[in-house]
Amino acid sequence: MCDSKTSITTLARLDNVSKRYGNITALNGLNLSVHAGEILALLGPNGAGKTTSVSLMLNLVEPDSGKVSLFNQDPQELSARQRIGVMLQNAELPETMRVSELIELTQSYYPHPRDLKEIAEMAGIADLLKRPYGKLSGGQQRRVQFAMAICAKVEILFLDEPTVGLDIEAREAMWTSLRKLVAEGCSIVLTTHYLEEAEALAHRVMVIAQGSVIAEGSVESIRSRVALRKIRCISSLDISTIKQWPHIDSVTQDGQYMTIQTMDAESVARRLLNEDAGLKQLEIKRAGLAEAFIELTKEQA
Amino acid sequence: MNAVATVSKYSAFHVYAIEAKLEFIRMLRMPMFALPALVFPGMFYLLFGVLMGKGKADVAAYLLATYCIFGVMGPGLFGFGVSVALEKDRGWLKWRRAVPALPGAYFVSKMVMALIFAFIIFIELSLLAAGFGGVDLTLLQWTKLMIVSLLSSLPFCALGLVIGTLVNGQAAPAIVNFIYLPMAFLSGLWLPINLLPKFLGTIAPIWPSYHAAQIALKVIGSDLGTPIWIHIGYLVVFTLAMLWLAVTFWSRMKLK
Repeated sequence: MCDSKTSITTLARLDNVSKRYGNITALNGLNLSVHAGEILALLGPNGAGKTTSVSLMLNLVEPDSGKVSLFNQDPQELSARQRIGVMLQNAELPETMRVSELIELTQSYYPHPRDLKEIAEMAGIADLLKRPYGKLSGGQQRRVQFAMAICAKVEILFLDEPTVGLDIEAREAMWTSLRKLVAEGCSIVLTTHYLEEAEALAHRVMVIAQGSVIAEGSVESIRSRVALRKIRCISSLDISTIKQWPHIDSVTQDGQYMTIQTMDAESVARRLLNEDAGLKQLEIKRAGLAEAFIELTKEQA
Repeated sequence: MNAVATVSKYSAFHVYAIEAKLEFIRMLRMPMFALPALVFPGMFYLLFGVLMGKGKADVAAYLLATYCIFGVMGPGLFGFGVSVALEKDRGWLKWRRAVPALPGAYFVSKMVMALIFAFIIFIELSLLAAGFGGVDLTLLQWTKLMIVSLLSSLPFCALGLVIGTLVNGQAAPAIVNFIYLPMAFLSGLWLPINLLPKFLGTIAPIWPSYHAAQIALKVIGSDLGTPIWIHIGYLVVFTLAMLWLAVTFWSRMKLK
């Protein structure tokens, strides 16, 4: 079902799903679909409903209303779950099991597992195989959990905050592996609070807030939803003066640098140059996903 | 390169076998579990059955039967009670539910683990009894005692499962010990029933371990004479009741 190139193939779907925990509405009529061959990033503040959305597709919680499907099946079906790989956010694995044993166990769940050597290389754990899981550092444990998620050539990989606790090098290595997996035809659903991670990897981003999707699209289109731009410069002008100007979103001072966020970068820049003859190192940039995201969630609240 | 490489090893039996093997290995590596389970029954037996029995073979034989039951209760109670409680709290059960694990393999692997431990404990106690206690049983008696010991671990697996689904991981070891040790004493596993205060002797038949011990004592002709089907019936009903409770609590359990 991955070889259709002309139309979008949907692998997993949440259809108008609501979920309440007591008095708290975790999801409110949420729609979500995972397409073949894409990296979908779910972004949102804590408690927005990212993990609940993923948990529904993983058979961990049941919806109060709406429909959840995984490969057009109920996620409870073993045959559907044999086509996914999973990395949960905070699952502690048995401490006295060796890394190679955890992988052997996970491999046994799939009809066609990858071999140990390939898994170890992709996850960068070749040197950890003999070690007991409980003796590993947090970052090493995270890599082992990733290895367990890629024990077979699955069609969707669900990764809940995969790079939390990893150093920069390990994170880059995981990103490289994820890109390779997507090139093989795997889809990836990623929840993250590292916006640069979504920016670096995602084909599509969904911003979730208070149980609903408030924005959806490519990184580019989410960013352009908010016309903010960032001006950075060294200026002798007073922050509080600039704050009075029209179209100013925020002004901050960082050492000798001043950062101004604005909807109208051109006129602000013109005025800066006019009023401060000594202005240095002027720089204008489009806001990143981080700023777009803060702006979107602010509108919602 | 050849056709063999693409043939899948996958089968439910293969999954169960790997789960059982790894469950046994990982529990064996856990000193908090393996040391008391494997060492205490033998140590207590040597002390109370052999040394304090002053070489009387009938005392050594009596306590062999009851210590076999004491020994096989432990792996079932702790292997289910403590580990299910911990695994529910720490996310291992949640992970298992998300991946294509076979739900039954979780329980069967723990049961197999408890049975292997029970077998080791039986062999250990038998060697001590025959080597130092002067216990001389026929081959048929040894075989019967082994079968009774192994099967007796099952009701305690079921009881452990109920505890594991009900309590949290921090409380589980204390609660299991609080049930295990008094129950062993009150069932006459350490001292013969007739040496217990009369009231405690009268209520002994409410404990499952009393019935398991009476069957084991029947093998060497030292039981109190109640028909065997009463003991077997009690243990079957007890096990089914525990399983029913476990299923009820399991479906209500909140995974963290």
